[in-house]
Amino acid sequence: MSETTQLSADLAVTGTPRTAAPRFQLSRYRDLSLIPVIFVLGVIGFIVSPVFLTSDNLIGVLQQSSELSLLVLAEAMILICGRMDLSLESTIGVAPVIAMWLVLPSSGPATFHGIGLFPTWSSIPVCLAVGLVIGAVNGFLILKLRVNGFIATLGMLTMLRGLQDGVAQGKSIVAVPASFSYLGKTEWMGAPAAVWICLLLFVAGGLALGYLRHGRALYAIGGNTEAARAAGIRVDRITWIVLALGGLIAAFAGVLYAGHYGAISATQGDGWIFQVFAATVIGGVSLNGGRGTLFGALTGVVSLQLVVNVTTLGGVPPLWDKFLYGAIIIVALIISRFASGEKQD
Amino acid sequence: MSNGQASTPPPAVHAEGVVKRFGPTVALDQVGITVAVGDSHALVGRNGAGKSTLVSVLTGLHAPDAGRVAFNGEPAPAPGDTAAWQARVACVYQKSMVVPELTVAENLFLNRFERGRIRWSRLRADARDLLAEYGVDVDPATRAADLTVEQGQFVEIARALSFGARFIILDEPTAQLDAAGIERLFTKLRELQQQGVAFLFISHHLQEVYDLCSTVTVYRDARHILTAPVAELGKADLVAAMTGEAAQAATTWHAKSSPAQQPAEPAAGDTVLRAEGLALDGVFQPIDFAVRAGEVLGLAGATASGNTALGETLVGLRKATGGSASVDGRGVRPGSVPHALNAGIGYVPEDRHRQGLVLGRSVAENATLTVTDQLGPYGTVLPSRTRTFAQRMIDSLDIKTSGPAQPVSDLSGGNQQKVVIARALARDPRVLVAIRPTAGVDVKSKDALLGVVRGVADRGDAAVIVSDELDDLRVCDRVIALFHGRVIAEFGSGWTDRDLVSAMEGLPAGAGGDKGAEE
Repeated sequence: MSETTQLSADLAVTGTPRTAAPRFQLSRYRDLSLIPVIFVLGVIGFIVSPVFLTSDNLIGVLQQSSELSLLVLAEAMILICGRMDLSLESTIGVAPVIAMWLVLPSSGPATFHGIGLFPTWSSIPVCLAVGLVIGAVNGFLILKLRVNGFIATLGMLTMLRGLQDGVAQGKSIVAVPASFSYLGKTEWMGAPAAVWICLLLFVAGGLALGYLRHGRALYAIGGNTEAARAAGIRVDRITWIVLALGGLIAAFAGVLYAGHYGAISATQGDGWIFQVFAATVIGGVSLNGGRGTLFGALTGVVSLQLVVNVTTLGGVPPLWDKFLYGAIIIVALIISRFASGEKQD
Repeated sequence: MSNGQASTPPPAVHAEGVVKRFGPTVALDQVGITVAVGDSHALVGRNGAGKSTLVSVLTGLHAPDAGRVAFNGEPAPAPGDTAAWQARVACVYQKSMVVPELTVAENLFLNRFERGRIRWSRLRADARDLLAEYGVDVDPATRAADLTVEQGQFVEIARALSFGARFIILDEPTAQLDAAGIERLFTKLRELQQQGVAFLFISHHLQEVYDLCSTVTVYRDARHILTAPVAELGKADLVAAMTGEAAQAATTWHAKSSPAQQPAEPAAGDTVLRAEGLALDGVFQPIDFAVRAGEVLGLAGATASGNTALGETLVGLRKATGGSASVDGRGVRPGSVPHALNAGIGYVPEDRHRQGLVLGRSVAENATLTVTDQLGPYGTVLPSRTRTFAQRMIDSLDIKTSGPAQPVSDLSGGNQQKVVIARALARDPRVLVAIRPTAGVDVKSKDALLGVVRGVADRGDAAVIVSDELDDLRVCDRVIALFHGRVIAEFGSGWTDRDLVSAMEGLPAGAGGDKGAEE
């Protein structure tokens, strides 16, 4: 492998830089590789059902993707910097529940009683803070105690799910403050606010990863931690910030979800982590770190949701969804394995 | 073994005319070696002499391109016939090859348990018999991870002997042993020699060759130089054979000695980098040195000498356990790379693949990794400015690339190393610390790279080269040689290869440690 690439580099030097040009375009193309897939899915959807191309259906797909896409955003950043966080799927549920517990009054007609520590208007900031704390705890476990990240966040996943069950007594919280559910419910310019917000966050994240020195540092850290450290990048600090930010984004996804469905479901986010990983990986983010873009991850989410939408419209019962997710992951992995030519250990 | 004790048994191993090429590189050029039964034979040579390639040929890991290898007079087994190779030869590496989580007994019988279920008590009893046979005092129920280094080596030797091998290669076995451990190892080896076991002993520590071995073979630049009884070969002759410096060939280029040497007492304030009592427990002893503006200091030393660790301590990758370092009189906070960078220390790491480069990313990104704070306002990194900066680096260091956007993994070794140096120079360091800066690059790039390092000093800053390569050290104005974590000698720029190699191999006496140094 290195022999041949070295040869091509030599050729590039002797002649014009033409030999390297296609290679560059190919690596660029990798981020866009799902665009044709999305297009093909659109054509299939159009053939399968006339409902598919209606704006109601498409906006529905986008709204369905919005909460998942936020988790993908968080996971993509964490994976690019060479870590992984499984507990995101529990954070999306437990952060709103703890926020409710902290802001809702201890007595009243509602079924769920909190302790009323903070005023009701602060429910969203409190929720985000809870997410931040969860991410920071993950960072503490992984970076300070140096325990295995996979197992640590797997433990957090289970523990936080249990915490949610305990605090909410296994029930959904129906009566959430209006300020809390506003963002997930309202519509701006003909589309749900959640869709706009997600788009905005992806753009902001993409810009940060592309044009901020600390964003670029994620690629260096994930690509070669030792080299990043030798270059003076504060590897642990930045990784910690990314993990905490991941928790915060997951908590925000919880806010949107609660607003969207009008309640904090007891099973909010349950089992999502598989879809999150599927979307991130088929979107071109490397599980080994250092490679991938947020745009790619976004196309991953959209593709995944479109497949489910098209099959649903095509009359495949929703019970087959899990089978489809799994099949998509396997197929996408095989395709990317041979498209990039690199082994995935 | 089959012939019994005949008057002149065939040699334990006999190789002749062995050629091994890796692509265009000739790793072994018509070399041979003969180790008699019960002999203890030393193989010495500088890095790149072909020692490790010979080991892989003798252990069946690589098939030679030409030449013959025979064990006890019989031709070597076919390549890939692992069992047959194991029955003839074994190599004990400096890093233990046992499975650390398994017990000694399991390691001894790994992959040759009895058929059917494993009877643990039988296994342990067999292991105990086996160890007792070779006089190894280790409890077979111990976890291999809990063994000391030398016990681990004993277990490996016993395992090799139990396969029937009567020829054992020891690759730097003493590198991680203390004096008592070395003594115990040597005692054991002498006992085994009595039983007819032959050893090929590879060491960087020449004194050990004289202590243990009866015959020595020297390789240099993939060729066989000489084989002689140790008793008949003086230390000076041995070092001369290794370096190929027969009659003081002082023609080799050295850093210009006359003008730089004159102000031997540097004016106060002239010192750029100063280390005072800098120490890292268990790796190197407290060391003092100063590097003046315009000077290149060499820190010479073989693998376990601590010179690499010293370099990594200077740049903040390791935290010193004692002493301090300062740049231009201002202290550098120990153990922090960002502080070292801001203090003006540039760093060219030892292994560009491990510490130097993010291989999947572009040349521009790698070259600007240390200066991302200078590429745009408010923490932004503007692609245009990154490209311009990288292009300037590419031009000034003559990096052969199709452009700043090319992935750095596509470049040749020499050009990759230039990117690493570009990164270190990007911040205009006051002192450049380069660890083995020319490892694995071709001759032309080597000169260019060393010229860049020399240029740092010539423009009035300072440089430190940490290396065991004589070519690297030749550009230095001054060389401090380390051995086992201590300063063993110091040289001015007029040193001979022989003196410096002797010092790095732990033989300062006779070579006259200060011969080349001028006051």
